[in-house]
Amino acid sequence: MPEPEAPPADGVAVEINGREVIARKGELLIDAAERAGTYIPRFCYHERMRPVGMCRMCLVEVDTGRGPALQPSCMIECTPGMKVDTESEATKKAQDGVLEFLLINHPLDCPVCDKGGECPLQDQTMAYGPGESRFLEEKRHKEKPIPISDLVLLDRERCILCDRCTRFAKEVAGDPLIHFIHRGNNTEVNTFPDEPFASYFSGNTVQICPVGALTASTYRFKARPWDLETTESTCTQCSVGCRISIDSSRDEVQRFAGVDVDPVNWGWLCDKGRFSNGAVTSPDRLGEPLVRQGDALVPTRWADALERAASALRAATPQSIGVIGGARLTNEDAYAWAKLAKGVLGTDNVDAQLGDGLPAQAVLGLPRATIDQVCTPGGTVLYLGPDPKEELPVLFLRLRHAVVEDRATLVEVSPRSSGLSSLAAASLQPRPGEVGELVRALVANADSDKDVAGIAAADVNAARALIARSSGPLSVVLGRPSVAESADAVLDAAGAVVAARPDARFLPALRRSNVLGALDMGLAPGLLPGRVALDDGRDWFAGQWPTVPAGAGLDTEGILSAAADGRIDVLVLLGADPLADFPDHDLAERGLAGARTVIALDTLLNASSRKADIVLAAAGFAEKAGTTTNLEGRVSTLSQRVTPPGTARPDWMLAAELAARLGADLGFGDAGEVLAEIGRLAPSHLGVDLATVAAAADGLLLPLGTEPAPTGSGDAEHEGAEADAAAVRSDAADDTEAAQAEEAAATEAEGDATADDAEADPAVPATEPAPAAPALVSFAAGVPSPVPALDAYAFRLVATRKLYDQGTLVQASGHLAGLAPGTTARIHPSDADRLGVAAGDRVVVRSPRTSLTLPVHPDAGVPRGAVALVLNQAEVRVADLVDADASVTELRIETAS
Amino acid sequence: MAITDAPKIITSRFGYDDSHTLTRYVSTGGYQALRTALEGSPAALGEAVKAASLLGRGGAGFPAGVKWTLAPADVWPRYLVVNGDESEPGTYKDRLLMERDPHQLIEGVLLACYAIGAGQAFLYVRGEMALAQERIAEALNDAYKAGYVGRNILGTDYSIDVVLTWGAGAYIVGEETALIESLEGNRGMPRLKPPFFPAAKGLYMQPTIVNNVETLSNLPWIVNNGADAYTALGAENSRGTRMFAVSGHVRNPGVFEVEYGVTTFRDLIYAPVYAGGIRDGNEIKAFIPGGGSAPWFFEEHLDLPLEKATVDKAGSMLGSGAIVVMDETTDAVKACLRLVRFYARESCGKCTPCREGTTWLERILQRILDGHGRPSDLELLMDVSDNISPGLAWPPKQTTICPLGPSATAPIASALGRFRDEFEARITEAEEARTSVPVELKAPSHA
Repeated sequence: MPEPEAPPADGVAVEINGREVIARKGELLIDAAERAGTYIPRFCYHERMRPVGMCRMCLVEVDTGRGPALQPSCMIECTPGMKVDTESEATKKAQDGVLEFLLINHPLDCPVCDKGGECPLQDQTMAYGPGESRFLEEKRHKEKPIPISDLVLLDRERCILCDRCTRFAKEVAGDPLIHFIHRGNNTEVNTFPDEPFASYFSGNTVQICPVGALTASTYRFKARPWDLETTESTCTQCSVGCRISIDSSRDEVQRFAGVDVDPVNWGWLCDKGRFSNGAVTSPDRLGEPLVRQGDALVPTRWADALERAASALRAATPQSIGVIGGARLTNEDAYAWAKLAKGVLGTDNVDAQLGDGLPAQAVLGLPRATIDQVCTPGGTVLYLGPDPKEELPVLFLRLRHAVVEDRATLVEVSPRSSGLSSLAAASLQPRPGEVGELVRALVANADSDKDVAGIAAADVNAARALIARSSGPLSVVLGRPSVAESADAVLDAAGAVVAARPDARFLPALRRSNVLGALDMGLAPGLLPGRVALDDGRDWFAGQWPTVPAGAGLDTEGILSAAADGRIDVLVLLGADPLADFPDHDLAERGLAGARTVIALDTLLNASSRKADIVLAAAGFAEKAGTTTNLEGRVSTLSQRVTPPGTARPDWMLAAELAARLGADLGFGDAGEVLAEIGRLAPSHLGVDLATVAAAADGLLLPLGTEPAPTGSGDAEHEGAEADAAAVRSDAADDTEAAQAEEAAATEAEGDATADDAEADPAVPATEPAPAAPALVSFAAGVPSPVPALDAYAFRLVATRKLYDQGTLVQASGHLAGLAPGTTARIHPSDADRLGVAAGDRVVVRSPRTSLTLPVHPDAGVPRGAVALVLNQAEVRVADLVDADASVTELRIETAS
Repeated sequence: MAITDAPKIITSRFGYDDSHTLTRYVSTGGYQALRTALEGSPAALGEAVKAASLLGRGGAGFPAGVKWTLAPADVWPRYLVVNGDESEPGTYKDRLLMERDPHQLIEGVLLACYAIGAGQAFLYVRGEMALAQERIAEALNDAYKAGYVGRNILGTDYSIDVVLTWGAGAYIVGEETALIESLEGNRGMPRLKPPFFPAAKGLYMQPTIVNNVETLSNLPWIVNNGADAYTALGAENSRGTRMFAVSGHVRNPGVFEVEYGVTTFRDLIYAPVYAGGIRDGNEIKAFIPGGGSAPWFFEEHLDLPLEKATVDKAGSMLGSGAIVVMDETTDAVKACLRLVRFYARESCGKCTPCREGTTWLERILQRILDGHGRPSDLELLMDVSDNISPGLAWPPKQTTICPLGPSATAPIASALGRFRDEFEARITEAEEARTSVPVELKAPSHA
């Protein structure tokens, strides 16, 4: 759609169909024309990929002073005085000719083609094509369709050879596994022999295919486009927060597709996100509450389940209640549960993370970077997180683009090589537990004269030079690369960066979809909603909530330990599966066994909820409206497209139901009211409500008023002013924040004056809030826990994740379930030589806890003295090896007899 | 008749059995031009070649000395790419130059590199030319050993590497941007010009000069004898000598080096020293003057000189210097199909009109030959051709990136234009057969 906008200052005046159009400098004719309201038909051109000028559909007559000539408008930049005729006889003849050429071998099996009804070839044939075929010969025949991966099928008869999928695979995903083969009339897209198109991003090719040549095995013959109802939402498979469209038919989700938004996903999705619709429609979805009867969980009525849960909670003291999870809920769900747990039950034993993330205060307190800031053209990125290709795939695509196309410099520090390593200017693999020391050397003012964390001084110094050279602000991506390494090590590294580089901005690389939202909403010990510490926010919330916890509570590890010791009466699992996800499996098992009553809220039964006493069926993705917060802190909408199975209901509603049974009214009747309360009370979210979120097409960055100027534009002049702008911005932020707090307080007072019944409820005492909102948490570097001395015989464990694992949602998404790769013990080839083992040999990996037997695989991407295993894969439970209290997990490797 | 006694410039060593060896090359004045040039400046060498008005011999006939100046100043590195992917139907002159006088080519490459300031040259030889590859490899090894190529050649501070590489048998790689793609390890598909003019954004997006084998082989002689000696030969806009490959229905097919722009088609086709006339005393029906892509010429064109501008004006081109002669026994429909089929099979598959259109044309022609033609087919042939090359004009316009697609339409326009009656006869025969005897409909064969 053409958007009315002021002509750019350095615009280029061109004439399109006799009308003057001001194009941007360097803008392609096809784009300039479209902005001006003249759509030029095209098949191969895609605005997120390099043009190839291959399909020839966009030929138009262009006159640059040497007479009109047919030129592909997708390859031609606008030049001053260019005269373009998109409607001339020559243009029309050429376009009709191209369309006829495309159709002569096209099978025209539209009635049985998934694309029929939303097919650019079909649409353009209606708009431009000749009515009859002059082609008498027999069409090309190929076997149809052939699977090119587990998820994508290729029909070469339908293919019009536009190079979109192949370009995507090579240019965008960096997985050039599909290519043209043969030539001329025999040209076809195919894979290499015995090399499937096993890309994490393969589904994007289905979306961008302009015909039905590429179809998804999850969607084939499932629906017709004209029967689909579509709603835009945000993907919740990881915390990148890709915008997504949900298509449903007959009240059933049929498929997801990427929506192009500039600051986040550019239209791309990973296959896990795209094909996770199976988990929504899974026959195993919980549609009614369950309660334990002996060894079995049996269905019951809601009144019964809720009453059992309420009575368990009623009987428990605040200190004996623990709430784990919530990072997969909506912001509204998370707030409602924070309010129930902290404001009604009075417990601070609440943690949305499962011991595999980073402390909430640190995550919320660090200056935040957006994805665009991290991917600033020519910028410098210090990557201290898990493999983004495995955990945050679309962030990987953005980083890849930044490096490959926009000359960003990437310094990767990870405990083993990752999908990013080949893109990094420097990729360092420190010994587990010693990342802090390495990062300190990397941001130091002088070269290191000795090896650091097992890395040669020369390599450290080369990487240090790259970081020191950065002109703009340093971007840091910070996460937990290995759960077998204490979070303290990562915090130590972050502290080193903060101390040395005050300009550094951080992008948290925590994987669960709404982990940042859950932390924002106070689902962490010692925090209240709105990024405030418990003690700082106590007065602010005291008047609004029935109660506020007396002191800081336990995190997940603490709750599980307390439960194992019999000190937890009620353990609530908010969509959490500690048995699968908590890094220390033994502790998780003892904790779950030790808790007197376990209440689980979930959409599907998982290992942990199977052991629960009460299971409350929750509405899941696409079944409830709300908002979610991605890793940048960007709040965007989640939409309801279908009704939940059975009588499953949103988590916030379950919190409200339980609160009512406990004699408290949470004070909201729908998700919008929850958000309104968040916008009224949570200091970081002041001013947010449904209208503000809905109005922000790209989502809202919080606190309001701190939305940074876009940096992804590649504008060089703008980069120079970056530092100044940042300084101004932070000043402005302070002002805005204060102003907003005042405003909010004023609104509050007004609201109270005209208080309706709900607000006058005794559960929410209507006292005046404190005049100014409490300060937001800030980062304080911790003290790293000591790492044991190097032991020449021990291997330090690196425990990472793969995109596909035994996780409940992956396993419930039928087509993804089989893609979990399993794990081998990966060790450095020199270690393999030392142990006398070769690839495929079975070894025993022994920790103080237990031992596992699995095949070994030499891998130069693993540092010497370390062993890399993949979490949550079939057969091998790596979490059995890990001791949550240890700073690193040390293992011995023996050959299996 | 203008059969001149112009000296042999590039085929002078063809008479020796050991013409490909370094010994023979050096003993016959080889690498003397390199020594001379290295004593002067690159600019002087460039000027000399410009003054010689040496036209490119690959097909387009662009002045080589001018081409050298097209690389943007101060962008380094820049490369020389030698287009040895000679594959235009009827053309086999570069192959002989590579097989019989590889050192002459190498010396030409070194001169060009010195003139444009390249430190690296890539010699791309057609995949099927095994002997040429072998001989160039041997010659390069010898030249490296003798110090003509490599670090500080001939004791100067000029260093140059020449890399030999070869294709995998795709006609399209003779197109310079496709050749560059292939050199980079990609599928040989042309790039759009603009923006990818090789001189500006060529190999690895660096300035790249792409020269033809015959063009470069002229350089040593020009340096040794001077631009004046070169321009003394040939016609006003076509200087020096040029190699023409004559094939088809002639008594004595072969490659002949003749004075450029002076000798006529009639000389070349009929003179006993050249092709020796039409076989079996037959009459000439048509001839292709410049490789398979060129519109056909007929009897009335025989007295045109082999001169670029004249031939261009007459509606065809000298192209790659390949003259294919067809005598009166030739079936115009079959000849047309034979050429169209070549382009259909060699289409790289990138642009829709060429990929789909050339094969469609081939199948219509095949259908006409098979006795399944319809009267509307002639109109269809012309219109499909028009959708590949709008207006079927000369020089051709194109809806494609490179001229391969339009090349397939040239024989159709020529054959249909001149021998429409032969096409119509085929179709009428078919019509009559259909109406008199019921025939079983069968799918046309596409042999």
